Amino acid sequence: MRYSANSVWENKDKYDVVVIGAGHAGCEAALATARLGFQTLVFTVSVDSIAMMPCNPNIGGSSKGHLVRELDALGGEMGKVIDRTFIQSKMLNKSKGPAVHSLRAQADKAVYSRTMRRVLEAQENLEIKQGEVANLLVEDGKITGVQTFSGATYHCKAVIICSGTYLKARCIYGDVSQYTGPNGLQAANHLTDCLKELGIKMYRFKTGTPARVDRKTVDFSKMEEQFGDERVVPFSFTTNPDDVQIDQASCWLTYTNETTHDIIRANLDRSPLYSGMIEGTGPRYCPSIEDKVVKFADKKRHQVFLEPEGLETDEMYIGGMSSSLPEDVQYAMYRSVPGLEHVKIVRNAYAIEYDCIDARQLKPSLEFRNISGLFSAGQFNGSSGYEEAAAQGLIAGINAARKLQGMESLVLDRSEAYIGVLIDDLVTKESHEPYRMMTSRAEYRLLLRQDNADQRLTEKGYEVGLISQERYDRLKEKERLIESEIERLKNAYVGTSEKVQELLESYESTPLNSGSSLAELIRRPELSYEAVADIDVTRPKLPEDLAEEVIGQVDISLKYDGYIQRQKRQVEQFKKMENKKIPEDMDYDAVNSLRIEAVQKLKEYRPVSIGQASRISGVSPADISVLLVYLSGNHR
Amino acid sequence: MEQLYNSTIAAISTAMSNSGIGIVRMSGPEAFQIADRVYKGKKEKKLCEQQSHTIHYGYMVDGDQVIDEVLVMLMRGPHSYTGEDTVEINCHGGVYVVKRILELLIKNGARPAEPGEYTKRAFLNGRLDLSQAEAVGDLIASQNEYALQSSVSQLKGNIKDKIGEMREKILYHTAFIETALDDPEHISVDGYGETLKKVVDEIIEAMKRLLDSCDDGRIIKEGVRTVILGKPNAGKSSLLNVLLGEDRAIVTDIAGTTRDVLEEHLNLKGISLNIMDTAGIRDTEDVVEKIGVDRAKEYADKADLILYVIDASRPLDENDAEILHLIKGKRAIILLNKSDLDMQVKKDQEELPEEFPVIEISAKNVEGIGELEDTLKEMFFQGELTFNDEIYITNVRQKTALQDAYAALERVNDSIAADMPEDFYSIDLMDAYEALGNITGETIGEDLVNEIFSKFCMGK
Repeated sequence: MRYSANSVWENKDKYDVVVIGAGHAGCEAALATARLGFQTLVFTVSVDSIAMMPCNPNIGGSSKGHLVRELDALGGEMGKVIDRTFIQSKMLNKSKGPAVHSLRAQADKAVYSRTMRRVLEAQENLEIKQGEVANLLVEDGKITGVQTFSGATYHCKAVIICSGTYLKARCIYGDVSQYTGPNGLQAANHLTDCLKELGIKMYRFKTGTPARVDRKTVDFSKMEEQFGDERVVPFSFTTNPDDVQIDQASCWLTYTNETTHDIIRANLDRSPLYSGMIEGTGPRYCPSIEDKVVKFADKKRHQVFLEPEGLETDEMYIGGMSSSLPEDVQYAMYRSVPGLEHVKIVRNAYAIEYDCIDARQLKPSLEFRNISGLFSAGQFNGSSGYEEAAAQGLIAGINAARKLQGMESLVLDRSEAYIGVLIDDLVTKESHEPYRMMTSRAEYRLLLRQDNADQRLTEKGYEVGLISQERYDRLKEKERLIESEIERLKNAYVGTSEKVQELLESYESTPLNSGSSLAELIRRPELSYEAVADIDVTRPKLPEDLAEEVIGQVDISLKYDGYIQRQKRQVEQFKKMENKKIPEDMDYDAVNSLRIEAVQKLKEYRPVSIGQASRISGVSPADISVLLVYLSGNHR
Repeated sequence: MEQLYNSTIAAISTAMSNSGIGIVRMSGPEAFQIADRVYKGKKEKKLCEQQSHTIHYGYMVDGDQVIDEVLVMLMRGPHSYTGEDTVEINCHGGVYVVKRILELLIKNGARPAEPGEYTKRAFLNGRLDLSQAEAVGDLIASQNEYALQSSVSQLKGNIKDKIGEMREKILYHTAFIETALDDPEHISVDGYGETLKKVVDEIIEAMKRLLDSCDDGRIIKEGVRTVILGKPNAGKSSLLNVLLGEDRAIVTDIAGTTRDVLEEHLNLKGISLNIMDTAGIRDTEDVVEKIGVDRAKEYADKADLILYVIDASRPLDENDAEILHLIKGKRAIILLNKSDLDMQVKKDQEELPEEFPVIEISAKNVEGIGELEDTLKEMFFQGELTFNDEIYITNVRQKTALQDAYAALERVNDSIAADMPEDFYSIDLMDAYEALGNITGETIGEDLVNEIFSKFCMGK
């Protein structure tokens, strides 16, 4: 039964968009619609928890770093805020290829949250309101407004649900269970019923977080210190790299051991996961320590990272040891880890269960197929992670605005962005666990690098209206410089002069037998654009603010040219199918030769293209062939 | 009319058998030019300059070497089946000649047609209408049902088994690398290049062998793979001779076919059979004979149809029991031979499973053969028997795909040798995987229109 307030009143203020929730998705969504000129009201159960980081104290990481860079290129906020609030930063996977390099920054949680809140407060067209949205107002399949728990009605043209883990949230450890949101915050207990009444299919997912401990009780002498990078790369393409060269805080690495594992095994029966108390499905790719001990039974130890929660607090996060074991087991387990023998726990580890949706009810624009004007983003859509949430929030915000503008939705495909992969997976594939972004999910990884996110997406952000003319012009200038440098290097030849051979020798590079272009030399693994500077006589002086980025792109483009070209060919094949669109009113029953299962799936999930249809489980290659013939015939 | 395709395709349009006439067809913008490169008519006649819908006598030549005497039919687009410029070369039948001509056209700029590509072009050039296209859909749907019943049988045959194995290996190692990239704590790819190189080398070796066999033409086969089984002296060879005898059969002797099991090609009432006569099955200590028996069992395992010949003049023994066990669950016809003698084994004999038709024959007196033919025909038209449709052109296509996969794997080895980071391997591994999938029809990353029409036979 949907919630019914004791008394109802109508708020007559004018709003275009209501955003439910002010976590990482909600903040991006609200900022996007407000910046695109729409009067936006964002609801949060607690104004003090805007952009809160209830789990790990960092932004980015493998493939998540890509999401943040892409978000930034499209005009999102997360990258800028973390650049202003990080306390340590690292480029991960530097020993691997450039496709898997990924930025990760430790955040000062409180400062991050406060900074984002200030951005929201300072944003024109944006209002913040504390309160719980209990009902959606829908007329003739169109959203018309929302109603709060207190009975206030707000009219609007679009609603974006970014409720995170708050819907009917329950926190659990051992046999202790509380109906609260993360960090003991109030849960949102009423919206689910309304959504169900609107015919929306709900799932129940679970995730978890480790304990926070008191820094004063940690023996760091038994751990390995983890430093940030010497030269920090900012997340945002708008941040001046010189501004992020700060004094960095350290993280610490230690390991679990057989004793830890024995304690966990001996108490597995007391874990709510194994006792059946938790019904939600947890993420395989962000497992709790009990999951790891069970899954990797032969592993003698697992990594444990101690990460500061901020500079103004002694609390530290125990990365790698999330758990929902009982309190007494948590103490025993953590204290078996070297360096944590006398540790005091400030906040217990816990698992959290919450309501979310089967995101296959959404269009790739993140609008519900059956309710016009209703959008959703973030953990509510079944994803996990701050970055995944923020990316969806931005896209949902952009598309809500574009709907009100009467413009076509912004949909990124799998060959354009990790964001495209993320959303396509969410709205197309069946998932029974929180979805986490991973590099292996992106087929065209080499083209979707974190270093070229601006070249891939700034133009789109500019067209949408979230990227300034100045920033767009800067990108165009950068692209021009990259292209002209590559052309020049391909045509700049050096002979076998003594100077050339000496330079090669100094890099332990094979001497030349005959002339070679500089581009050819740069392709050698041991050489680079910088390395050949002395023999590059026609090299122009690059503008200071662009030099570093241009050089990086020239090196990558030349060095990996063959691979990049092959990946581009793979993308061409992919695009052929993506570009074959299926009409929105497609009548699958009229296609006699489709199998019944395929008809059901296609009718239910209504893919927008043949490409998307081919990724729906239950639709076979033969079904795709049938569809294609049918469509080609229709168009003739 | 604007042509949708830049490439010119060629394929053999007639069945791959030693019939009287063979037709090789070529379609695409350069069809006439390519034909001119290999055609030699009277007085320097140029085909390009001839009128549409005309026939020209001459020779197919490879440089100075004359391949065959031919009739060439010219059709300019859009008045052709595909809507494109089309050249049909009528040559003398025979596997060797048509194959040679096809290769000649490919050497001179044509590309082997994908299965169904002629129909696809016809369709895309507007030569087929909606109702015809929908009929195509129905046809595919019926294939769908078939695929549901026996997805295994789609993948029957040596080549597909081997390709499947290769794909599995490639996928496994790609997945391993990918998993490691996402979970470096638990899975390490450091030094994985060495492990991968071994695997890649193995697959490359297997590909080489497969490519060599393509060249031998050993995988040229068309027809229902039929194996004759039976104890020694049951009358297997006599049966084969009866089937091959008189005018009822055409015998094809395909060069390079492995001869340890006698293989013949014949046509019964319009149904093509690849028929293999095997060593008699019995318990034996004789080493040479044992190899023959094992091989017979192996062939029986892969057969589309088994003809089990029983000497009905003697009671069944343990060797018969073994054969009956062997053919369990397969398509088989039981032939009670020597019906001219005193029959010890009857049609309703308890040991004979009900699932198989039982026919009394006398190979000696040529009796019961008509009934065998009728039974065969019935099974075929009821869909119980299917063609092994790995016809020659598929092999040219297969060969091209194999070569693509081969090249991709060599690039993987190059990356390993160049000490590239592990995440680079997967680009070429996936290329190899997809190319191999083109052979087995599992790749849908390709242009999907190709996929649709690949359900057709060639030359349509």
